[in-house]
Amino acid sequence: MARKQKTIKEIFTNGLVVQNPVFVQFLGICPTLAVTKSVESALGMGAGVVFVLVLSNLAISLIRNFVPREVRIPIYIVIIASLVTVLEMFMKAFVPDLATSLGTFLSLIVVNCLILGRAEAFASKNGPLKSAADGLGMAIGFTGGIVLIAFFRELLGAGTVTLWGDIAIELIPADYQVGILVQAAGAFLVFGVIVAQINKFRLGRAERNEVI
Amino acid sequence: MEYIAIAFGAIFVNNVILNQFYGLCPFLGVSTKKSSALSMGMAVTFVITFSTMIAFAIYNFVLVPYEITYLSTIVFILVIASFVQLVEMFIKRFSSSLYSALGVYLPLITTNCAVLGVAIDVTVNSQKIFDTTTPTFWMVTIYALGISLGYALIIFLFSAIREEMDAYPIKRNWEGIPIALITAFIMAMIFYGFGGIV
Repeated sequence: MARKQKTIKEIFTNGLVVQNPVFVQFLGICPTLAVTKSVESALGMGAGVVFVLVLSNLAISLIRNFVPREVRIPIYIVIIASLVTVLEMFMKAFVPDLATSLGTFLSLIVVNCLILGRAEAFASKNGPLKSAADGLGMAIGFTGGIVLIAFFRELLGAGTVTLWGDIAIELIPADYQVGILVQAAGAFLVFGVIVAQINKFRLGRAERNEVI
Repeated sequence: MEYIAIAFGAIFVNNVILNQFYGLCPFLGVSTKKSSALSMGMAVTFVITFSTMIAFAIYNFVLVPYEITYLSTIVFILVIASFVQLVEMFIKRFSSSLYSALGVYLPLITTNCAVLGVAIDVTVNSQKIFDTTTPTFWMVTIYALGISLGYALIIFLFSAIREEMDAYPIKRNWEGIPIALITAFIMAMIFYGFGGIV
């Protein structure tokens, strides 16, 4: 298999850019749209996904030779659900405001297709170190994607960029804000426009490569 | 009257897809044909309604009395996964025509966040949905039924629009997901109109 020849660095950048989970693979779209109202909640969600995805990939990779094929999915789900429960308790104890703003979507990391998808496609076939690198790359790629969407939505919709708590930068005065972007509908618009621009860039690059 | 308000709110105002973003992966993935969208909608309606009833019962009769509500995420996902498996076995055994229509969609439903999302919303976050921490069994059932009918309605309407859209030329970089997202944006804005009614 050609995939096994890849170095850890290649695996890491694969998730980060080439196979970006948000803009290329469209995995885990529900939280992508739901938590991008502000940069702060997008960062919080990203941190949660980094924690769960790295540890779940590592754990699943370690037990990959003992798990019977028929029951692998329930076992993966139990591992992921336990990690999410740990994360939930941790966030409720130390950052309760963030836990409230993420709401149900914190628990819904369990059914995020990105995490189960990486467990099935990568961690169940590769060693622990490579799986952790893959999980880290994918999770940071996911975080970057949702922070980008959140940046545009918050900047144009509410005129601010909130990094943490009260640390917010007010950039656009109230008269020029587009309120619909911070509401639920705006998420579809911003995400659609960004994906179209990225597609344009990728198509253009593919055509140039053909000419050369 | 209260039940009608809950049902109407769940179907139109708090629509799972357009307003709460639950279950978007199948929404974008399965909505290219009307027939598959309809089958998916039926399967989701069935699973959400019954798994929410089961989850509600387990939460109130097991997790709350023994003070282990922090386990709810793990318990709910196991309940949903085994319920979906059971339904799959059941319809495979008793109705092969139903199985050929819904069979492929059932495994997908386990990872549909609408199912787990509704189960968590009516139990752990019930304050936000019903304005009370102790909703009755019927309130929860009607809410779950409304939410899932709203899901089926939107996924069917959306697939009809996408089928029509296939006939028109679209710029290459907007094809597929981007234009579908813009369509969803317009539908979500239209559905804001229902917010004024309740």
